[in-house]
Amino acid sequence: MAIRQDNSCTIEAIERIGEDYFRIAFSPRVPFGSRPGQFVMVRVSSGVDPLLRRPFSIHRVTAEGNFEILFRVVGRGTGLLSKMSVGDEVDVLAPLGTGFGEGGVRPLIVGGGIGVAPLLYLAEHYISEGKRPKLLLGGRSDRDLLCHDDFACLAVPSAYSTEDGTLGETGLVTELIKRELEPLDAAQRDEVSVHACGPVPMLAAVARLCVGYGVYCEVSLESHMACGVGACLGCIVKSIDDKNLRVCKDGPVFDATLIEWF
Amino acid sequence: MSEESKTTTTTTPNVDISVELGSLKLKNPLIAASGTFGYAHEFKDQMDPSVYGGISVKGLSLQPRTGNPMPRIVETPSGMLNAIGLENVGVDAFIRHKMGYLRTLDTVIIANFFGNTVEEYGECAAKLDGVEGIGALEMNISCPNVKAGGIAFGTDPVLATEVIKKVKSKSTLPLIVKLSPNVTDIRVMVRAAEQAGADIISLVNTFTGMAVDLDRRRPVLANVTGGLSGPAIKPLALRMVMEAVETATIPVIGLGGIVTSRDALEFLCLGASAVQVGTANFVNPTAALDILTGMKQYLAGLGVEKLSDFIGTFSR
Ligand SMILES: Cc1cc2nc3c(=O)[nH]c(=O)nc-3n(C[C@H](O)[C@H](O)[C@H](O)COP(=O)(O)OP(=O)(O)OC[C@H]3O[C@@H](n4cnc5c(N)ncnc54)[C@H](O)[C@@H]3O)c2cc1C
Ligand SMILES: Cc1cc2nc3c(=O)[nH]c(=O)nc-3n(C[C@H](O)[C@H](O)[C@H](O)COP(=O)(O)O)c2cc1C
Ligand code: FES
Repeated sequence: MAIRQDNSCTIEAIERIGEDYFRIAFSPRVPFGSRPGQFVMVRVSSGVDPLLRRPFSIHRVTAEGNFEILFRVVGRGTGLLSKMSVGDEVDVLAPLGTGFGEGGVRPLIVGGGIGVAPLLYLAEHYISEGKRPKLLLGGRSDRDLLCHDDFACLAVPSAYSTEDGTLGETGLVTELIKRELEPLDAAQRDEVSVHACGPVPMLAAVARLCVGYGVYCEVSLESHMACGVGACLGCIVKSIDDKNLRVCKDGPVFDATLIEWF
Repeated sequence: MSEESKTTTTTTPNVDISVELGSLKLKNPLIAASGTFGYAHEFKDQMDPSVYGGISVKGLSLQPRTGNPMPRIVETPSGMLNAIGLENVGVDAFIRHKMGYLRTLDTVIIANFFGNTVEEYGECAAKLDGVEGIGALEMNISCPNVKAGGIAFGTDPVLATEVIKKVKSKSTLPLIVKLSPNVTDIRVMVRAAEQAGADIISLVNTFTGMAVDLDRRRPVLANVTGGLSGPAIKPLALRMVMEAVETATIPVIGLGGIVTSRDALEFLCLGASAVQVGTANFVNPTAALDILTGMKQYLAGLGVEKLSDFIGTFSR
């Protein structure tokens, strides 16, 4: 008899954070192990419209085997998800993709906007490994900077930037990175690694900066996806040697120096 | 991860759902549609690929292809458009690196392939012929013939005849000819394929469509147009499969928008000897298992013991 993967999950909690952001906790019927940086594909309707699953980073996992996603409502799928209720059954493929790498002794965790979603899990993981992560988070305004309390609970040192100056430094998160890396000598830079998630222009800028400083950098990319398992070839990014990489299977986390940025 | 997961064995009624399409025998009528199931190993964490009666692999060409620029896919109401551009590892790498895993599966491996000239089709078929573990060929004729000004082989009965004859002369494997639905009268293409020597016909491939990004007033897909698949095309596919079954004397494989067991049974009652499941694999990786279970239950409910007694029982 064939193996049947049971993907059903029950919604344990839904929390609205600010205007457009939501956090949902799921308990999977069949527990699974995961790494920070991996993602899930959520079926947002039991019918065929909207048809495709929606990808979300794993935001946090609990000791009981529950997991959370943190998302922004941007369209129909995320809108449907935000209106679900505690107790609802949802079909979720998980865990998918690669995760973040080991990182240096002093990992710099860099997020832009909703790109913070996988970073809490990552910070928890690095702390459990005895590392000293630091968070650099940027966004348009203070409303787009999420999870400070959660990072504060972990006692992760953090710095913030907003484009409108409503929180932290006025400007882009790349300025925060410069401030961190500039004073370090070569030996100190060897201990640092950068792990970034956010919009592509931000990631490209972060990647360029890190190359300049000679600091290892990995990025978590997004792409429109159909299958999430490497079969449809709908989610390609080009590598510097013009190979096709699948964001869902070869990523979503990539060594930034492998990506052909533009 | 499958070790950790709970496995449920479903008790299903005992209905004989094996099918025979000429010399091609399948343990059940479900085939994974080309391009929607990769080379099967991609799905092995989600389901057992041997659930399928057959697996048609991602379309192969003589040389590897890198495909179209991004974006390549977009969701549409109850469907999706794709313009992958037939990216694939190439026939040689397929035989060397992908057949090893495929041979371990308890299912019929169908090598889907295409070319841009008659010669390319012929050479590709010759390479696949005789490879251990390949049970049938499926030629995708929805591709442009670069030597005939880019007209798709599958839209011109003369071009189709020539290319099918070429492939037939290069291989002794059962030959499935996969038709393009982007034609005025599918019956013309069905007749041409049958007369040229096709053993089996499969239809439909995707319908050419497009999506507009209104705010940018530009196409969504980098390729401008793409192929529409999924539940949105099922009524169009049913009509064409009905016409094909009424026209052909060789077996017909039906596909287009199948998600549930009832969808599959609709094609089978029309007279399709087997069906393919495409886009549904993305939405629900265990679609094949769910369809088979539902199909057996439905047939048992009717008191039908053999699927072959149900196939073609539709009447106007
Ligand atoms: C690996 C990965 C991890 C992600 N993690 C998160 C996360 O943790 N939190 C979060 O808020 N968002 C995340 N996203 C983006 C999220 O998937 C999209 O915001 C979501 O799919 C939008 O769906 P929609 O129906 O609301 O939007 P619509 O625009 O109506 O969606 C239409 C189609 O476009 C796709 N789509 C739209 N925007 C994106 C996008 N940015 N990336 C990929 N596909 C998109 C949808 O999946 C759908 O197929 C992630 C994307 C990827 C690829
Ligand atoms: C992403 C994608 C890739 C495809 N690639 C191929 C291909 O390489 N060769 C082929 O013959 N058909 C290809 N198809 C067409 C499918 O095999 C099938 O004919 C079509 O999707 C209709 O069935 P469906 O509605 O069940 O998906 C592809 C379809 C999709 C969605
Ligand atoms: S989403 Fe299908 S290959 Fe990545």
